[in-house]
Amino acid sequence: MSENLTRGWVIAAVLLLAFAALPPLAEATGHSYLTVVASRVMIYAIAALSLDLILGYGAMVSFGHAAFIGIGAYAVGISAEHGLWEGTLTFPLAMAAAGLFALVTGAISLRTRGVYFIMITLAFGQMAYYTASSLSAYGGDDGLTIWGRSELFASPLLENEWSFYFFVLACLSLCWWFASRVVGSRFGRVIAGVRENRARMAAIGFDPYRHQLVAYVISGMIAGLAGALLANHSEFVSPAYMSWQRSGDLIIMVVLGGMGTLYGAVLGAVAYLALEDVLAGFTEHWRVIFGPLLILIVLYARGGIARAFRGEGRDG
Amino acid sequence: MTGTLFAVQVLNGLQLGVLLFLVAAGLTLVFGVMDFINLAHGVQYMLGAYLAVTFYGLTGNFFATVVLALAAALVLGLVLEMLVFRHFYDRDHLDQVLATFGVILFLNEGVRIVWGAAPLSYPGPDILDGAIPIMEGFGYPIYRIALIVAGLACALGLWLVVTRTRVGMLIRAGAANPAMLSALGVDVRRLFMIVFGFGAMLAGFAGVMAGPIFSVEPGMGDGVLILAFVVIVIGGIGSIRGAFLAALLVGLVDTLGRSFMTDIFKLFLEPSAANQVGPAIASMLIYVLMAGVLFFRPTGLFPAAGRS
Amino acid sequence: MRRGMMAATVAAGMAVAGAFGAVSGAAQAAEPLKVGMLLTLSGPPAVLGKHIQEGFELFVEQNGGKLGGRDVELIVVDDELKPDVALTKVKELLDRDKVDFVAGIVFSNILQAVFRPVTESETFLIGANAGTSTFAGRACNKFFFSTSWQNDQIHEVMGKYAQEKGFKKVFLMAPNYQAGKDSINGFKRYYEGEVVDEVYTKLGNLDFSAELAKIAASKPDALFTFMPGGMGVNLVRQFNQAGLSDSVTFLSAFTVDGTTLPATKDAALGLFSSSQWTPDLDNAANKQFVAAYEAKYGSLPSLYSSQGYDAAQLIDSGVAAVGGDLSDKDAVIAALEKADFASVRGDFSYNNNHFPIQDFYLVKAVKRDDGAYHTTVVEKVFDDYGDVYAKDCRMN
Repeated sequence: MSENLTRGWVIAAVLLLAFAALPPLAEATGHSYLTVVASRVMIYAIAALSLDLILGYGAMVSFGHAAFIGIGAYAVGISAEHGLWEGTLTFPLAMAAAGLFALVTGAISLRTRGVYFIMITLAFGQMAYYTASSLSAYGGDDGLTIWGRSELFASPLLENEWSFYFFVLACLSLCWWFASRVVGSRFGRVIAGVRENRARMAAIGFDPYRHQLVAYVISGMIAGLAGALLANHSEFVSPAYMSWQRSGDLIIMVVLGGMGTLYGAVLGAVAYLALEDVLAGFTEHWRVIFGPLLILIVLYARGGIARAFRGEGRDG
Repeated sequence: MTGTLFAVQVLNGLQLGVLLFLVAAGLTLVFGVMDFINLAHGVQYMLGAYLAVTFYGLTGNFFATVVLALAAALVLGLVLEMLVFRHFYDRDHLDQVLATFGVILFLNEGVRIVWGAAPLSYPGPDILDGAIPIMEGFGYPIYRIALIVAGLACALGLWLVVTRTRVGMLIRAGAANPAMLSALGVDVRRLFMIVFGFGAMLAGFAGVMAGPIFSVEPGMGDGVLILAFVVIVIGGIGSIRGAFLAALLVGLVDTLGRSFMTDIFKLFLEPSAANQVGPAIASMLIYVLMAGVLFFRPTGLFPAAGRS
Repeated sequence: MRRGMMAATVAAGMAVAGAFGAVSGAAQAAEPLKVGMLLTLSGPPAVLGKHIQEGFELFVEQNGGKLGGRDVELIVVDDELKPDVALTKVKELLDRDKVDFVAGIVFSNILQAVFRPVTESETFLIGANAGTSTFAGRACNKFFFSTSWQNDQIHEVMGKYAQEKGFKKVFLMAPNYQAGKDSINGFKRYYEGEVVDEVYTKLGNLDFSAELAKIAASKPDALFTFMPGGMGVNLVRQFNQAGLSDSVTFLSAFTVDGTTLPATKDAALGLFSSSQWTPDLDNAANKQFVAAYEAKYGSLPSLYSSQGYDAAQLIDSGVAAVGGDLSDKDAVIAALEKADFASVRGDFSYNNNHFPIQDFYLVKAVKRDDGAYHTTVVEKVFDDYGDVYAKDCRMN
């Protein structure tokens, strides 16, 4: 356990440092666009991190996770539409909105298990999607252009691509640190315990339902933050952010990277988006390559990328 | 007048329902017996329709097309089973989801390469051409009625197989307790292949039958897959009876919701507001239904015996 | 993993930079002209993007691989119909590839997402399909040019026709999203008769039996609908199967066109649509375009192909007018505004909002002697018609 934990910290430090070194490197080599690409990657890494928290540690397969991202994004977009640009207000607002949605839907969803849980979270995700599509005052299905980025203490700091990048990086680091604290806490062990043996946890006096619900809400709030960042990154929000395919992408990222490690989720997001980008550069029919590749990864690289870091064999 | 309209909508709902049942039946069997989540079930529906396009081009005869396409769908299903799915039976659900998602990506794109991105079509048989006049200037197409009949016949046949035959007994046993079945010396691998091939054929059949009504295009299976999942979850996983009733329920709720929801809202809202809210609510109605069912019955309406 | 990828990307990027880097205005004319095409090439609507691409590439090929006298490097990217993917892709086109033009863009939500970054980077944006009202009106921009239409115009054609024809009762149907609602509003701008009902269907809806029963029950003179792509295919065939074509006139926009006719076949014959172009439009430019397109791709072009072709022609004319030197952006804009090329649709000039002023026709689907289906002009509805949003446009 402690060895695992140390490895987690080392990988986290290396990854975050690599992220921090990227903008100057990209600038120096004349590829400043990489900064934009990498900030999107980090935003998805935050979302994947939030999913890993419940999926990897709590075995709650949320198939509607994109809804939290969308709600966070819309909170920023709609606030901007009404003239509220202050990020110190809109970011907490985004997290609160996503958290509230998680609380309501989680309270219902967590009554179910397994595939039923997957499907009921999908149902709530779809409801959020159709609701956003019908918000014609805010662009409806076409989405809503945000004419600028959020302000921080009334300064347009985030307009600058670099400062936005490092702001996202700071958010990622903070979320990562927070998630690892949650996982390491007594609360986190209860969540993992419920995954292993629900009845036993209940027997020794922990209410599984309530613990899972709290984890679900925390996860939703972090995903909401990712949504708020995504809205600032694209300066645009759209119901497409909430489609079930996006929720599927997030699950793939987490599983690809390796569940229940946190750093796996981040690695998964990086690998998934990079792979997509690189393959799409080869051919417009890149999915013909990506599909079988995905099957092979699942077949032979069980446990995801994270396993490679642990240096274990495939059946270990 | 309103009565006729309502009757037509009920027929439409039934038709969507039987189509969903054909897809959902295979899905729920594979899931129930093998504990295998097959996201690629939707692309098997799509493949059925695309194969029919090709065979119709070759033969020009609808019934020959159905037979050929079914055979080809079965073969392709078994090939997929051997190449991919077989290796994931003992993996956890998430691995299965990812692997079958890979199959979706591959086949959707493959279809685009082979048949092109444009929507395609083929006509139904001549003897089912035409419509039964229901109200002035509007007839209900005979082909759609034939589709409902064929779907119901399939459901009946499936019910007979599952309840009256030895294979059916094994399937039910498999759905209830796969480990015990294996311990009793039944060749589970072979049973799996039979169930899988059967499911692939049912999905293919649904695709072939849907072709003359819907357009045949890449990705046409994705939406159907989600609906089929909604159906089997409402019905209770592994239950054919549940899938059948849930499919009809989803078909009716979706169709009736789409046709009457806006009018219902117009009773107490401004027409423009009703036009806003109505379609949005109608779109999410089946998801509301699913969430509602799961709220009161967390394992669906008819959970297969012995599973929780 | 990640670092390997990054290293590979950086290495590849350096190679590109080495090859094309460090260009000055004087050397520019010798460099290839870079055009980034952002198109929807996956998902059901992929065929629209494909047709635009084919039209564009056809002109470049006919022109000896050059536009405006400069060799062309075409970079085609798929936006996957996801706005944030489109945004990332377009930033790559702008920052990595340093394209001179961004062309294409099938859907209005994609245009919404990329409009700002492209125009703010002072790169020319040639819209070959989507024509959102925002960018025709208050948010118009001098770097944006359309070679298609403003969305409303196509629907207005039908509204005007329905009004002139004296249809008393019309049933309106469109998918439940912004373009669908715009379409209904566009129709109503010229139609003053009774609207018996307005129905909004789910986007991507495939089964219209419920809606068709409703239409039959309300006994309208005509149905006006906007159902692009596969939705249109289904609607047309189900409309026909239900036997409604005898009693209800079918008026449509983007529903009966070159992308759907191969699937609807006979079911669409005689149904009406509105368009600024048809394959048999009688002008020299169009004749050679259609013949060349059929020879190259083995099928008739659609209106999307024609818009892609005109987009290439527009770039060609603009770049040629400034002698291949794009450093004076205002000169390029002035050259593009002249629209100095023979559009395959005949009359074509630019309005103050950089949307075309052109003719619009009522068209219907017919079958050619060799069995190919296409649209043909029934009558001209608007002559040299600009859009209603142009007055809100203050070009800066």
